[in-house]
Amino acid sequence: MTEERLTQTPSQTIGPFFGFALPIERGSEIVPGHREGAIRLHGTVTDGAGAPIVDAILEAWQLDETGTVSQQRGALARDGYGFTGFGRTSTDLAGHYTFTTLKPGAAGRSAPYVLITVFARGLTHHLFTRAYFPEDAEAHANDKILAAAGQRASTLVSVADGRSSYRFDIRLQGEGETVFLDFDA
Amino acid sequence: MSITQDEITAEIEAVEADAASLVAAGGSPELHPRRDYAPYRSTRLRHPTHELVRADPEEIERVSPAFGHSDVNPLESDLTIQHSGEPIGERMTVTGRVLDGDGRPVRGQLIEVWQANSAGRYVHKGDQHPAPLDPNFSGVGRAITGDNGEYRFTTIKPGPYPWRNHLNAWRPAHIHFSLFGTAFTQRLITQMYFPADPLFALDPIYQSIADPAARARLIGTYDHSESVSEFSLGYRWDIVLTGPRATWMEGEEAHD
Repeated sequence: MTEERLTQTPSQTIGPFFGFALPIERGSEIVPGHREGAIRLHGTVTDGAGAPIVDAILEAWQLDETGTVSQQRGALARDGYGFTGFGRTSTDLAGHYTFTTLKPGAAGRSAPYVLITVFARGLTHHLFTRAYFPEDAEAHANDKILAAAGQRASTLVSVADGRSSYRFDIRLQGEGETVFLDFDA
Repeated sequence: MSITQDEITAEIEAVEADAASLVAAGGSPELHPRRDYAPYRSTRLRHPTHELVRADPEEIERVSPAFGHSDVNPLESDLTIQHSGEPIGERMTVTGRVLDGDGRPVRGQLIEVWQANSAGRYVHKGDQHPAPLDPNFSGVGRAITGDNGEYRFTTIKPGPYPWRNHLNAWRPAHIHFSLFGTAFTQRLITQMYFPADPLFALDPIYQSIADPAARARLIGTYDHSESVSEFSLGYRWDIVLTGPRATWMEGEEAHD
């Protein structure tokens, strides 16, 4: 490969003042909560002092129920019927977020998961993580990322906390720090 | 709050010297800001202390949501026509292309922008800077990139604004950009700046990118061919979203 490659544009923090710009209507509803098979994926985002982060925005991105990438248009303008696999929601005054979605199917050799991206003031660069599901323990045994995470892998697995509800807390720093991923390796 | 600009500037210079010494010792220049960047105080409790776990992207991470023209009205790229009157400030066009690391256009993807008004005030209840809001300016725009990866926003030049990182802290004028690539791993949120801003050297957010050449990539260039006679000034800013190596070097060894 001899042609010159272009160099990446650097990241900058999202800052504190995105609330009038980035949130999208019903952005947390990858599917509406009343849809058959809908699950709740929710949790709290906390900092290194354990304090809730009230000014974060999270994006979810995932396969559909059959393990296929959705090609449906309308990831912003949601009609409540289709499935685009994309969600975006802000944390509330308690640092809490909620997505309603469908549990993704598995693809390839990895276990089912939802890719979560975290943006906030104080994050100079967003953070990627994956929310896996507790009932897939068998598939987790063969998942390369969970293996690479070692003893901290449990931070990537959500906890069932009710009917069709999964809790996935995100700790940016310190005790129980969530595993974050680097895809640029 | 008693931290002075001089103390912050000294911290900024120390990190830059550290980054330069790593390059002098044979390391690669840092392309992105440091996550743990003390001069920007909000990073202190918000950066991970563990190294990120390196991951090969799966299929879902090698694609992006299918945004389309049904998601975004073309008028949303003009931030000066969203209200009944004209916003106050220096009218300008910001245009450029979104490209991948091979120079291929990133087509049909969503770009979102947001910014302060010409007085340096955001339409956000958390912004208590005592500068006037402009009833004719919200400072929010969206667009879908064209076939050549091009985008174009009409807006007014944002003003610098004060923040509370330290005493007498001011952000250089900037426009926030949110971008999607062809792969979700290329997701990028960043800020575009304007040439020769005297606040660059003092700003811990701009300076969080420790490599001088890397942070200069965030500065748009004045482009007279994009200025419109008796109407607006033109700025050009291209954005490069390189992906994980697997998307562009499949089958090749990584060199670094």
